[in-house]
Amino acid sequence: MHALVVDDSRAIRSVISRMLREMGYSVTEAGNGREALDKLATGELPDLALVDWNMPVMDGFALLCELRADPRHAEMRIMMVTTETEIERMQAALGAGANEYLMKPFTPDALREKLGILGLATAA
Amino acid sequence: MSPPLDPQEFTWLCTFLRTESALVIDEAKEYLVNTRLSPVLKELGIKSLSELVAQLRRRPMNKVHQRVIEAMTTNETSFFRDLHPFESLRNDILPDLIKKRGGAGLNIWCAASSTGQEPYTIAMVLREAFPDVAARSRIFCTDINTLVLERTKAGLYTQLEVNRGLPAPMLVKYFERKGQEWHVKEELRRMIDTRVMNLAIPWTGVAMMDIVFIRNVLIYFDVETKKSIVGRIRKSMATDGYLFLGGAESLLNIDNDFARTTVGKSTLYKRAA
Repeated sequence: MHALVVDDSRAIRSVISRMLREMGYSVTEAGNGREALDKLATGELPDLALVDWNMPVMDGFALLCELRADPRHAEMRIMMVTTETEIERMQAALGAGANEYLMKPFTPDALREKLGILGLATAA
Repeated sequence: MSPPLDPQEFTWLCTFLRTESALVIDEAKEYLVNTRLSPVLKELGIKSLSELVAQLRRRPMNKVHQRVIEAMTTNETSFFRDLHPFESLRNDILPDLIKKRGGAGLNIWCAASSTGQEPYTIAMVLREAFPDVAARSRIFCTDINTLVLERTKAGLYTQLEVNRGLPAPMLVKYFERKGQEWHVKEELRRMIDTRVMNLAIPWTGVAMMDIVFIRNVLIYFDVETKKSIVGRIRKSMATDGYLFLGGAESLLNIDNDFARTTVGKSTLYKRAA
């Protein structure tokens, strides 16, 4: 299983990536939505994308909309991982095609449980 | 973190917990004492576990004793914990019982329901799949711990708690923001009844249950207490009812009147034929 982690904080990318690798995922990281799209154009298509909302250049919601508009990514599970905690934001993300929503801060157990909901708890 | 208890103090605390709540703590679970009671020390302004035990020994049963029992019997929980039991509930068990009952409401019991994530999960499953039956059904939550039952009744959860296992579409649909917390909507809260209950002591006045959840609870009791609890649960259940235990728990050599069965990806118990 392959995951794409998109977050402008290198520290948070690193924490999420480590959690995913411990679950058996291979991971690609990107610092914003534009960088994520560039990496997707040339690299392996991920099974899962974990996407921050607030990022420079291209934010996570714009990335979500781009991914859902591209049929090549129709199967990709997308989870917003963000400090945005308003219900309206969640509704907007789910309405735009996000499969799950995880609020920061979160524990490794919370991430594992959300992946369980998506049927992706283990990458094995 | 407080220094650990000496062996004599630890033995006294184990005996106290066993006598008052039938909770079995052995040396393998000594870490639980430290992790569960450290917040109690802070809350009560007590310097160490040794001082706490000394107070418990010195004084007659009071709020400190109750607080220790509550802290030791609160189980960590999450929404949709282990997922599969709730899939089996939605896909197989509820349709079966609703058909048998002709659409009447169901009685569902969450024994040792802790802070309410399991009963509210059941309420969401029922509400999503069978809204008419949900409106006529009751979910009975019992626990030895009054504080967790008050929290269940209030239906207020922190962000960290709603992050645990709750699918985002369910959060958006069944919760409202209340300040920094998340409040379960009234349509689910009115399905819930709470009652203080020590499972180790015979109970009365329990309705006939269609489904019982007692997951990861029996592991804390010795064999004789397990037999007694399961026997009394059996008498409180409809003959065609379903009993859920934790994934690693079994009724082997505990109660031969229950038979293990597999429904979907879940293993659970029904009355033996």
